[in-house]
Amino acid sequence: MRRSRSKSPSLDEARLRQQAIGVRLRQMFDEVVSEPVPDEFLQILKRADDKRAGEG
Amino acid sequence: MPAVARTHDEDPVRDNAFKRELVALIPHLRAFARTLCGDPTAADDLAQDAMMKAWDARGSFEMGTNMKAWTFMILRNQFYSEKRRSWRQTQLDQEAAERTLVAVDDPEAPVALDELRQGLGMLPIEQREALILVGAGGFAYEEAAAICDCAVGTVKSRVSRARRALQGILESGNYRRDGSAAGEAMAAILAQAERLSQAK
Repeated sequence: MRRSRSKSPSLDEARLRQQAIGVRLRQMFDEVVSEPVPDEFLQILKRADDKRAGEG
Repeated sequence: MPAVARTHDEDPVRDNAFKRELVALIPHLRAFARTLCGDPTAADDLAQDAMMKAWDARGSFEMGTNMKAWTFMILRNQFYSEKRRSWRQTQLDQEAAERTLVAVDDPEAPVALDELRQGLGMLPIEQREALILVGAGGFAYEEAAAICDCAVGTVKSRVSRARRALQGILESGNYRRDGSAAGEAMAAILAQAERLSQAK
């Protein structure tokens, strides 16, 4: 089911919509960026670093 | 472990500086991986692989240059090489999309976020990554072109096509869930943007 729009959005409105999507897109990305990093990441890196130090 | 060619032989000070910068980039790698994979678990596996590839290749990184772009390039290459091995696995299927939605437990998250994720998942992968890099990752067109190994004009055209397609998907309600009225997602996104701009 689709509702038909009465008129096509003006250029300004189209720009506004694009900006709104852009804001939301950044927010979606930033939400993941602001999640705490799972310990596993740091543990894996630490193991590799310890291995390197052990080789030296 | 395969031997790694090093242009900078054992240098603990340099390694520590590299490690600090790499650790700071992990959240960004996770976010980029999430947009490529859709599924959070697969995305974290990808981000971990990319992190380790970057660590192993640290000797070839020129300190002081753009490590974010460098690691994103590694992650992207890793994504496509896995995808070549198992095309099916990395497709954003409905099941993965549902898991992604469940993973979003922010009570403030407006309904439009689901639709935005779904809409993104419907874009061709080249358009999706270009839009994310430029529109969310904070990369210039030139940097995104370097990451995607294509011409600047190609990135520009992909971003522009992605924006139009995404808007079309959201306005028509043509994402992969039924039950919402057409245009509802776009209306919710507009309302959310308005709230954000007023909050500033």
